[in-house]
Amino acid sequence: MPHDHHDHDHLSPSGHPYRQDNDEALTYWQTMEIAIRELLIEKGEVTSTEINAQIDAMDARTPTNGAKVVARAWDEPDFKAALLEDGAKATKEMGFDIGPMNLVAVENTDDVHNVIVCTLCSCYPRNLLGLPPDWYKTREYRSRTVKEPRKVLAEFGVNLPENVACRVHDSTADMRYIVLPARPAGTDGWSQEQLAELVTRDAMIGTGLPLPAS
Amino acid sequence: MGGDAAGPVPNDQHDFALWEKRVDALMILGSARGHFTVDGLRRCLEDMGEQAFEEMTYYERWVASVNQNLIEAGVYSLEELGAKMEEVKARGDTYGSAQDA
Repeated sequence: MPHDHHDHDHLSPSGHPYRQDNDEALTYWQTMEIAIRELLIEKGEVTSTEINAQIDAMDARTPTNGAKVVARAWDEPDFKAALLEDGAKATKEMGFDIGPMNLVAVENTDDVHNVIVCTLCSCYPRNLLGLPPDWYKTREYRSRTVKEPRKVLAEFGVNLPENVACRVHDSTADMRYIVLPARPAGTDGWSQEQLAELVTRDAMIGTGLPLPAS
Repeated sequence: MGGDAAGPVPNDQHDFALWEKRVDALMILGSARGHFTVDGLRRCLEDMGEQAFEEMTYYERWVASVNQNLIEAGVYSLEELGAKMEEVKARGDTYGSAQDA
């Protein structure tokens, strides 16, 4: 049906809409990107192979990295202590190097719920979660999460009881956060692989909760 | 920005365009080469002022910041950039056609 224009015609293979600017006239900023890239290659600063490899490495990082970290923290008390002590060091030892930045893991408990934001832009624990979702970078999320976090969380389907404190962590260029969600009930004796299946991306941002054991 | 009033959080999601991924890669590789730090990237973003955050897209701000940092580091000059951008524009009207053949 080549002439039908259902919504799915505009979705990429991953189910997301293509951005309009893929198909539109060359913009000033796209021109600048091409120019910068070519100047760097001409001057021997980078090669096109390095650029492509960097893009591949970025695409390969997903929230499953973070889920492995969380599952291990649920399963191994010593690792959990190390993670809360120095998140960058503990995750680097698992092969998820955050580089020179600090990583602070913040633990959800019966009394405290944590949520992360970057009010300026988009600082995010990419080594554990990949690139941030679009909503994380929106003006709405960045503006409101520090002002009315409970209302924002409710929009994500997380309704915090009044007796649970809500702590908002504003990320910076060299200080990244990850939420260590509470381990779901009914998971005693589960393997780390099974536990990791319950850990969603949003649970590690704080805008969601882990999946129930069921 | 933080603390300002704003509407509901949009939940739409798009795949990153190739040019956006390339900007990201240039940021990582440029800083790996020691030309700037993530603080330098952030400084330029902060210097842009509120209007840039209203009018430019995310990666548009990033490419502007990466460019500013690379010029400040002396990797290339403003004149070289201008000449290269003219050369790129002359190749074609779309992102695909403006690539070096």
